[in-house]
Amino acid sequence: MNAIADGGLAVTLPRERWQEFGRFAREELGCRYFNWLSAVDWKDQGLEVLCRVENLDAALVLTMRTRLAAGETACPTLTALYRGADWMERECYDMFGVVFEGHPDLRRILLSEDWEGYPLRKDYAVDTPFAPYR
Amino acid sequence: MEVKPPIPQIPPPAWSQFKDLQEWEKYHQTRPQDDKTSNALASIADAIHHMPGGWIVTTSTEKIFNWARKSSIWPVTFGLACCAIEMMATFASRFDVERFGMVPWASPRHSDLMIVSGTVTIKMAPMLKRIYDQMPDPKWVVSMGSCANSGGPFRHGYHVVKGVDRVVPVDVYVPGCPPTPDSLMYGLLKLQAQVDEFQKTGKRPASDPRGA
Repeated sequence: MNAIADGGLAVTLPRERWQEFGRFAREELGCRYFNWLSAVDWKDQGLEVLCRVENLDAALVLTMRTRLAAGETACPTLTALYRGADWMERECYDMFGVVFEGHPDLRRILLSEDWEGYPLRKDYAVDTPFAPYR
Repeated sequence: MEVKPPIPQIPPPAWSQFKDLQEWEKYHQTRPQDDKTSNALASIADAIHHMPGGWIVTTSTEKIFNWARKSSIWPVTFGLACCAIEMMATFASRFDVERFGMVPWASPRHSDLMIVSGTVTIKMAPMLKRIYDQMPDPKWVVSMGSCANSGGPFRHGYHVVKGVDRVVPVDVYVPGCPPTPDSLMYGLLKLQAQVDEFQKTGKRPASDPRGA
């Protein structure tokens, strides 16, 4: 656990304790506001999933982060704890291909359903000319 | 971690899945087999054209038709991004394109012109194509702004069509990011000049620059 620039706390977790710590943050620390969830692609070092939960009354800002192993895409879901995690995790799946285990409805949310690939990954072929529209 | 290159699949338009919409679309897009009136008119025009001196009648008729066409270009109300704000300013009272006979119309079925005002995403492109298909011939397209011209600052994004001319044929390109109302008005006047040279119903005066 270490402090980060905007006055919040950042907690680095192993993947197995992701849900457990989420429950602790919600029940014990009172972080009932789910701000955002996203991911970082560290190329051959794997993906990193981050989320920020806040206790608005106590002005406690908590950033949770977990590193998935290289080639690993599975991550536990937080939807059982936070309703707001639903669409955030769908977006993260859409853009990074992180598969949230236990998510009730893990579909693409922004891109069309037949889109191939995950565009915010570093190795995504962005400029490949493909029919019909680019 | 295997990532396949993206291959966007374009979903079929909604009318292709419903029988009554298919018939509606067919009725509006193609001339029916037993359309005697249009055939008779076409053959009369052809006969007049081939009479001695008849071309004077047909070409001057074309002139009158083109004058009518260019004086009542109705753009379909269709805004995509920030360029649409400038487009609205062009339509509003200060710049007032209504003095050119341009009335922004809220239905593609009554419109002659589509001003593509903004970034066309791959997800939006089928809908844009569908609105274009719903417009009756003759129809024109003005590509407004860098994004619609070539993709603009988002050209290397994963989701942007690199120029709307990959989706629909474009008649006038208006550069700018976004173009001022003056630029758009200049483009619209260029379009009027182009419509004035329009030769025949259903055909374009200049071939598509991409050869499509």
